[in-house]
Amino acid sequence: MTKTDFPPSIKSRPVYGVLEPRPGAMHLIIADGEGAEAVAEMFAKAADAPAMLAKSHILYTAGPNGTDAWDRVAALGAAQAQHAASVPTLLFRLARVLQNTPMGAQIYLTGSEGLMGQAERDIMVLGFPHVDIQKEHRGSTVRRVQCVHCKGITENVKTDPFQCSHCGLHLYVRDHYSRRIAAFQGVNIDAEDKGLIPAAVERFK
Amino acid sequence: MSLDFKYGFDDFFRDETFVDDFTYRNSPQNIRRFPFPFDRDDYMYSVNMEPHVPGRKGSVFEKTFDVDEHYLSEMRDRARILAHDPLRCQSLPHMTLAGWDLLELIMETKAREYPQWFSLTKDGNRWHWINRPLGIDHKFTFLDESTLPYGPMEYITRQTQGDFTLQDEREGTLWVDAGMVTTQADWSLDFDIGMSFHEWHAPVPLAHEKGIFDRALKFLLKLQHGAPVRRFNWTMTVNPLLDTAPETYPEWGHMRTRLTQENMGSMMHLRVELQTLYRLPRSNAIAFDIRAYLGKFEELVQVPKWGRRLHRVVRDLHPDLATYKGFIRNRDAMAEWLSKYDDGAPTSPGWWPED
Repeated sequence: MTKTDFPPSIKSRPVYGVLEPRPGAMHLIIADGEGAEAVAEMFAKAADAPAMLAKSHILYTAGPNGTDAWDRVAALGAAQAQHAASVPTLLFRLARVLQNTPMGAQIYLTGSEGLMGQAERDIMVLGFPHVDIQKEHRGSTVRRVQCVHCKGITENVKTDPFQCSHCGLHLYVRDHYSRRIAAFQGVNIDAEDKGLIPAAVERFK
Repeated sequence: MSLDFKYGFDDFFRDETFVDDFTYRNSPQNIRRFPFPFDRDDYMYSVNMEPHVPGRKGSVFEKTFDVDEHYLSEMRDRARILAHDPLRCQSLPHMTLAGWDLLELIMETKAREYPQWFSLTKDGNRWHWINRPLGIDHKFTFLDESTLPYGPMEYITRQTQGDFTLQDEREGTLWVDAGMVTTQADWSLDFDIGMSFHEWHAPVPLAHEKGIFDRALKFLLKLQHGAPVRRFNWTMTVNPLLDTAPETYPEWGHMRTRLTQENMGSMMHLRVELQTLYRLPRSNAIAFDIRAYLGKFEELVQVPKWGRRLHRVVRDLHPDLATYKGFIRNRDAMAEWLSKYDDGAPTSPGWWPED
């Protein structure tokens, strides 16, 4: 079961577990922020951690709340590990790494929902089976939200409602998640009563 | 190569609009055949599926794909919406074969059921399609996309009333991987495409807990080619907007605040979806046809049984459902207006206007 305590939610919301070491041709590990802890804990459970590390490639970036535990990741001693400047730069690196990732590799995603969702989207497009992908949520619960009106994505949404960073409409966050877009859906909150916008509440930290 | 319509409006096919001046209305004979969805005086979700077999003559069940007096105006409205937002029609790359399956199903069926309007002749894979109401006369090669101006699903659904989605079956569930969606009750194809059956139904209240979707999925996975099924769904729409998409909600949402007892009869519409499902033969995909019918309150209450029953259903509906269907704010006003047409007399079982 997930270690993050989410409020009761709906069926399209991804379900997260706990990373478990599994036998694989290689181990591709993608993490941000507090996900560094989950990676360390997974290796601590491995029957032969040095052998697993020798076949591991870790891509890491800081979390949306600023948590940067790169030192922890670097100290694990994986065969390859890179510290990306941001989620988008991590995804560029991931695209290149996936070209050399064999089928049968085990893929581990951990950290924020936005990072895991986007990485999973890019991985699944290439046909990696979802049974070879594990996800564990750690750290920030901020959301990546697509405005259903202008289709623009607003990253790291903390409040509900919030203002679309593209078209400026005030949106509420519908509990509806698309794995293809790796985002929740944002819908105009004052479409019926223009200007009637409730105070923003911090729902996601 | 293009798909230019020559609209053949006449005494049957009405020239009307679903936007701006809203000239849409039902003729007296069309009111009698409205698919009134309530077979009793109350409503709760159920897996209300039945075989989609030919029904009573003159009803919307008489033919497989009902073509009614709104056909040409609905196709014009769809073309308008697609010009404005092409994302309303999408097909993931593996769904092209299912699109051909759907094109074949619709062309063969319409040519058989409405020979006065549609004709299909085949010479092997060289097909000749005539759609007289829309002024189309096309020769193309079946299964060769380069011979059509659009992909096969888009080509045929630009000529067919109703939204369509195509579901791929894998991993024990259905995936909504293609669709033409311009007459929807507040859901986004662009957001939902690629989702599994339970994912795209996620926002629906109460039904998951009742096990509705588990049972419905189990039922649908057993759907056989040649044995389509149907069910009703319904909601309420202010003004005859076929297109109540979330994308355009800022354009139509405020209309819900304009209702009064004086304009209720002409502005408030019961929106009924006749949903039919077909297993497709080559792709093994499932085609889902969501056909929307709009009936003004003032039209529906001309049938005394429907006036009484609509009042009771609206008055007593579970508030979560009224919220999900988007009319909780107007529910009391709607019930008040409808109460004038409910004398408390008992109603007969079933949805037909007289019996």
